[in-house]
Amino acid sequence: MPELIDNLYSLGEPIQDTKAPGGPIDQKWTTAKFENKLVNPANRRKLSIIIVGTGLAGASAAATLGEAGYHVKSFCYQDSPRRAHSIAAQGGINAAKNYNDDGDSTYRLFYDTVKGGDYRSREDNVYRLAEVSTNIIDQCVAQGVPFARDYGGLLDNRSFGGVQVARTFYAAGQTGQQLLIGAYQAMERQVAAGTVTQFTRHEMLEVIIVGGVARGIVARDMVTGEIETHTADAVVLASGGYGNVFYLSTNAMGCNVTASWRAHRKGALFGNPCYTQIHPTCIPVAGDYQSKLTLMSESLRNDGRIWVPKKREDCEKDPRDIPEEDRDYYLERIYPAFGNLVPRDIASRQAKNMCDEGRGVGPQVGDFRRGVYLDFADALSRMSRHEIDAKYGNLFDMYERITGEDPRVVPMRIYPAVHYTMGGLWVDYDLQTTIPGLYAVGESNFSDHGANRLGASSLMQCLADGYFVLPNTIRNYLAGGPFEPVADDAPEVQEAVASVTSRIDALLTVNGERTVDSFHKELGHIMWEYCGMERTDAGLRKAIDLIRSLREEFWRNVRVLGSAETLNQSLEKAGRVADFLELGELMCIDALHRTESCGGHFRAESQTEDGEALRDDEKFAYVAAWEFTGGDRGPLEPPVLHKEDLVYKFIELKQRSYK
Amino acid sequence: MKLTLKIWRQAGPDAAGQLVTYPVEGISEDMSFLEMLDVLNEELIGKGEEPVAFDSDCREGICGMCSLMINGQAHGPEVTTTCQLHMRSFSDGDVITIEPWRAEAFPLVRDLIVDRSAFDRVIQAGGYISVNTGAAVEANNIQVQKHKADRAFDAATCIGCGACVAACPNASGMLFLGAKITHLGELPQGQAERDSRVVKMLNQHDAEDFGGCQNLGECAAACPKGIPLDVINQLNRDFMKAKR
Ligand code: SF4
Ligand code: FES
Repeated sequence: MPELIDNLYSLGEPIQDTKAPGGPIDQKWTTAKFENKLVNPANRRKLSIIIVGTGLAGASAAATLGEAGYHVKSFCYQDSPRRAHSIAAQGGINAAKNYNDDGDSTYRLFYDTVKGGDYRSREDNVYRLAEVSTNIIDQCVAQGVPFARDYGGLLDNRSFGGVQVARTFYAAGQTGQQLLIGAYQAMERQVAAGTVTQFTRHEMLEVIIVGGVARGIVARDMVTGEIETHTADAVVLASGGYGNVFYLSTNAMGCNVTASWRAHRKGALFGNPCYTQIHPTCIPVAGDYQSKLTLMSESLRNDGRIWVPKKREDCEKDPRDIPEEDRDYYLERIYPAFGNLVPRDIASRQAKNMCDEGRGVGPQVGDFRRGVYLDFADALSRMSRHEIDAKYGNLFDMYERITGEDPRVVPMRIYPAVHYTMGGLWVDYDLQTTIPGLYAVGESNFSDHGANRLGASSLMQCLADGYFVLPNTIRNYLAGGPFEPVADDAPEVQEAVASVTSRIDALLTVNGERTVDSFHKELGHIMWEYCGMERTDAGLRKAIDLIRSLREEFWRNVRVLGSAETLNQSLEKAGRVADFLELGELMCIDALHRTESCGGHFRAESQTEDGEALRDDEKFAYVAAWEFTGGDRGPLEPPVLHKEDLVYKFIELKQRSYK
Repeated sequence: MKLTLKIWRQAGPDAAGQLVTYPVEGISEDMSFLEMLDVLNEELIGKGEEPVAFDSDCREGICGMCSLMINGQAHGPEVTTTCQLHMRSFSDGDVITIEPWRAEAFPLVRDLIVDRSAFDRVIQAGGYISVNTGAAVEANNIQVQKHKADRAFDAATCIGCGACVAACPNASGMLFLGAKITHLGELPQGQAERDSRVVKMLNQHDAEDFGGCQNLGECAAACPKGIPLDVINQLNRDFMKAKR
C-alpha cells in the first residue's frame, strides 16, 4: 500500500509528455507533422474512428477525418449534432492574424495564453494552438461562416477579455453558433459522402478496452433504450466540460462528465479537475426552481459600471433612488488602473465578497442576496440610445426577457456563475490520453488553458484540436494498423456491456424517495459553497464528507421511474448525476492538495496582502494528473496523484498584478 | 400562480396519445416555461407518476432543441423559443394546452418529443460549401460586401427548431430551407454550388414529406429568430434560375 496523504490520496510516479519533438518552439509542430507517420489513402478506408460529441471539437474532427477517408462514427446525445453546447458561445474566436497591425503575433498569442492561464499550462501545446489559430479563420471563412465585416468587406476584429490587441473574430454575439453550424455542415457533407455515420440521441456509457488499448464504446440508444456496442480502431472523446457538477452553470441541461469519467475509471488520468472558470457576468439566480444560468457577454463591462450600495440597509431599495455618494463602485475603487475590466476571476471573487458582506442586491435566495449592479446610466448619458442598442441591444433584450426588467431603465443585476472547466482528461502533445488509442479534444481535455482560460480561446482550442491537430496526430497511431477486429462477444466487450446494464438496473431498482434532481441540486450546493470561487482547507474537507454521504444516500434512496427500454429522461439524468457524485469528490481532493492559488483556483490561505491569488511556483508548477483506483456505487478508493512538472523554457513566470 | 395544464401524453410512436390535465400551484412569474414543467415533473415523480418527456438543452434560446405547441402557438405567445418564454406571459388561473410539433416530417417519439432528423438530411443534401480542411485560402482574400455579409448572417441565425414547420398549415419546411439557401447564396464562397444546392435540397425537402408553401406567412410569424419570409422568395428565385 502506498502511503496515504491526508488519508485521501497517495503519490505515484511522475508523468511526462513524451510526444512533443525537441528543437525551437516555433518548429515543433512542423517537425511533428513531418515525423508523424502517414496512412495512405487506400488504408484509411479500412480504419475506423469513433468520436463522442459533436460540438466544435467533435464535429470539426469528424468532418476532417471523414474527408481524409477514414470511417467515422459520430455520437451525440442531442437530437441533432448542430445543438451541441458550443453553439451558445457568444463572444468570439481569437486568431493571431494581426490584420490590424497592432503588434499581434503567434508568439504574443502564445504568451498571453500562458500568462492568462497563470503559468499552469504546457508551453508546447499552447504554442501550437497559437500557431494554427490563423488557419482556423481561413477554414471557417471558406465554409461560409458569416463573420462580422467592415464596410470594405474585410473581416472585423475586436479586442476581448482584457488583451491589448484586437484579435477576436466574431459574428455578432453568436460566434459559437456560426462556427458550430460551419463545422456541422462540413460534417453533414461527410455523412452524405458516406464517410461519417451519425448517431443522434445516443449516450456513451462505457469505453471498451481490449489488450490495453481503446477499441470502442458502449452506448445507449436514448429512444429505444437499446444498449449497443460500437467498435473501432480509435476512440476520440469530444464530450465537453463538467461544469454541471455545480448543478447551476451556463452549460446546457444535458452537458455531463460521463464519457470522460467512464474513461477515467478505465485508466485515463484526469488532469487538474479543480480548475474551473467562474464567469463574472451572468444573470443571478431568481429562485429555487432555477434550472440553469445565462451568461451576459463580458463585453458589457466595457461600458457598464459595477456597484453595490455602501450601506446594507439600502440593498432593498430601488437602485435609482440610491444617491451617487451611497454607491460603492468597488472594482474602480480597489483596482483603479483596470477598474471594471479586471480579469474574470477577480471580478467574480469581488462580487462574492460584496454579497458575503451583506451588500448584495436582488431577490434573497437562501440567506443572502446574490447580485451586484451593472449600471449603464453613465453610458446612456454619453452615448445615444441608438449607439448603445447597436452594441448591446440584443443582450439587453435577452436580459429583459429573463428578468422582466429593462437595463436601459433599471441597472442590470449580475452574479458570477460556473462557465467552463479547464481541467479534463490528461493528454499528451498528440492529444492522446493515458489509454492508447483514446484521444480527448476540446473542453474535455485539460491541455491548453492552464488554471484559467482567456476569453475567446475556447472556440479556438476546439477548432484547433478538431480541424488541425488531431487529424495530424491520430494518423501516427492509426499507421500502426490494421488492427485485429474486435468480436462482439469478446470478453472485454461483454464485460463493458454487463457493467452498463447492471448500473442501469441498479438505478431503476433503488426505488427510493428522492428525485435525481434533488440529489443534483444538493451536490451543486456543496460544490458551489466549498469548491467554488473561494476554497479553504476546512471547507474542502467538509465538502468531501458531505459528497460521500450524499453518494451513499443516492444509491440507497434515489427514485428513477419508468423502464430501461424506452426514452427515459430520469434514467439519463441519474447516470450522469451518479458520475458527478464521484467527480465532485476528486475535484475537492485536487483543490485541497493544491494549497496555492492560481487562475480560477483560489485558496483563501494563499493570497497576497491585497487579497490577490498567490501562486507557489516552487511547489505547484505541475499538472496534477489523477489515477482512479477503484470503488463503485459507494466509497471510492484513494486516487493516486501523478505530477507532470511544467518546465518554462520560453516564458518567464511572473506573479499577476492588476492593481 | 395557479394554472391548469393540459399536456399531450403518449408513451411511444405507436401508442395512443391523449391530453392529460394537471393542475399546478405556486408558479412564480419569474420561472421560465420549462422550469414550470420541471416543477410539475418533480411533483409527478414524487407521486410515483412518470414525468412528462420534453426536449431542451441550452435553455438560452440558441440550440433549437426545445419545441412546444403552447395553446396552439409554436413556442407560445411571444416571439421567442419555449425555453426563453417566462411565466409572466401568463396569468393566474390560465388553462394552458401543451402539445408536440405536429408534422408528417417530424414523427412523434414520446410525449412532447418529436424526431426532427429530416432537417439534418435536408442539410446533408447540399447545405454546405464544399471545402476540405486545409484547402482554404487566406481569409481576407475573400471580400464580402457588408450588406451581403449582414444578410447572410441574418439568415444563418436559424436555430433549426422547426417552429416554422409546426406553425405552417401545410407543415412546409421552406423557411428553414430558404434560410440556408440565402445564407450560403449571399456569399461569394457559396456561388460554385448555388444552383445544384437549391435543387438537391429542395428535392430532399419534398422527399421528407414537408408540405408545399402557399405564402401564408405563419412560419415567419412563429420563427423565434425572425427569419423573414423573403428567404422563401430567394429560394424560389434561385430554384427557377437553377432550372433554366
Ligand atoms: S426558420 Fe425559424 S422557426 Fe424555422 S427552424 Fe429556423 S429558427 Fe426555427
Ligand atoms: S433549449 Fe436551446 S433553444 Fe430552447
